[in-house]
Amino acid sequence: MSDHETTDTDADGRGDGAEPTFEAAEYADGTVTHPPHTVGPNGAERVGTVDLSEREGRVVTWTTSTATPPGVREPNTLAIVEFEMGDGYDGPPVRALGQIAERGEAGETEDDDGEQFDVEIGDRVEPVYADELREPGAGIREPASQDWDGFRFRPVE
Amino acid sequence: MERVAIVGASMTRFGQRDAWVRELLAEAGAAALDDAGVDGDDLDHLYVSNMASGEFEGQTGVPNALAHDLAAQPAYTARIDQTSSSGGAGVYAAWQSIASGASDLTMLVGGEKMTHRTTSEATDVIASLTHPVEYKHGVTLPSFAGLTARLYLDEYDAPRESLGKVAVKNHENGVDNPHAQFRKEVDLDTVLGSPIVADPLRLYDFCPITDGSAALVFCPESVAEEYAPDGSYAVISGIGGATDTHVVHERADPTTMGGVVDSSDIAYEMAGIGPDDVDVAELHDMFTILEFLQSEDLGFFEKGEGWKAVEEGVTDRDGDLPINTSGGLKSKGHPLGASGVAQVYEIVKQVTGDAGPRQVEADTGLACNVGGFGNCVTTTILEGSQ
Repeated sequence: MSDHETTDTDADGRGDGAEPTFEAAEYADGTVTHPPHTVGPNGAERVGTVDLSEREGRVVTWTTSTATPPGVREPNTLAIVEFEMGDGYDGPPVRALGQIAERGEAGETEDDDGEQFDVEIGDRVEPVYADELREPGAGIREPASQDWDGFRFRPVE
Repeated sequence: MERVAIVGASMTRFGQRDAWVRELLAEAGAAALDDAGVDGDDLDHLYVSNMASGEFEGQTGVPNALAHDLAAQPAYTARIDQTSSSGGAGVYAAWQSIASGASDLTMLVGGEKMTHRTTSEATDVIASLTHPVEYKHGVTLPSFAGLTARLYLDEYDAPRESLGKVAVKNHENGVDNPHAQFRKEVDLDTVLGSPIVADPLRLYDFCPITDGSAALVFCPESVAEEYAPDGSYAVISGIGGATDTHVVHERADPTTMGGVVDSSDIAYEMAGIGPDDVDVAELHDMFTILEFLQSEDLGFFEKGEGWKAVEEGVTDRDGDLPINTSGGLKSKGHPLGASGVAQVYEIVKQVTGDAGPRQVEADTGLACNVGGFGNCVTTTILEGSQ
């Protein structure tokens, strides 16, 4: 997260000293998106924030990239995940793209070998926080221009 | 609104070149001026399509540099950056300049110099177009292709081999293109046995990193025969540009490119035709899966049926709808800012009967140039003058 003075949380990050949040925006028409935008997909104004970090989702699709850019783990398994938003939500699907977690990180106590979990389309997954997804400054993007922590996904047992 | 003609066209050899971006642009630009029989100082407007010359080689201000190199002053100049669809967006800008009456003679030159960078570095420059929540996960354009290909194969019960056949077809076409980076055929076993890059896609599902440039000269149709007395010019009968979401996972259907649908709807309406009237098409096959998606989203085939057209040979050079007679980005190469211009170059050659061994029977052709992973799209429809 940058040092910019702000009271906002970033799209996958922490407020000032708070627990990490997986931030999505809620708009006046009830739609939710990750990441947040200035207005919703139908032009409705943003009215609130939804934390996706405690929600489970299903894998829409996945890939393992073996030719990764500077500062990115290799291989790098990525998935698009669609969150379960509950019966009260009737907006468009709420999805996120994220890395698949490695065995042994964030609460894993066995198989601590750093290998990424296997996933398939339709698998249930949950977010798991990582304080650095990619090495800031190794790639072309200015390190201070965005945050580098966020949420990976791991299978729900 | 004045109809717009293309009276000059050129492209350099695509591939690994010693020349830098300024030299590549000048090479194509000078050849297009020569093809149209005009000089640089005849131009009212000069556009350069280029995604990232500053990032790739530290050269900015390329339109002014090109104007000087071609003695085109005092032509108005502008750089058009729309990532991989910079070329298509440049065609749109050049068309606007003539159709609006702002310019009587416009040249567009698209070019990029990339091969001096490692694959990792070049991939990162291109991936810098992504949203921060995508970029920090290390997403690349090839990984978007892998994600989409897996979903497409799963949803439409398409065999993995059908993607490989796109590569085989386009390499076969590229053999007859003297400007192509790869002028060699590949067989299906080679494609399917090549190293995995973004599972389920392999090395031969991807276009190469390329240096190159292409150029077009535009004027009002009413004066086109002054530049092409033999009538060997093409007319832009329809053109449309559109965008889709910046964040790829927010699309309702990840296997549909809304920008392709919307831009082609505009182009078809302007041209007064439908997809069945198109005789030949150049699609943005940066990855094999993109040829399926575009051929469906342009209305050539039903959703989920594009792979069958490839399997059945419909899109072969001698098929009912030849796609990527140039070899496509897959075989010809993909110098980002040049690609959309080179697509239109190929269609100009086809509809004017000047495509040599690649020639197909074509009165109407279409070029679809895609930026990002379908983030921004230009679709152009051309007709021969005769």
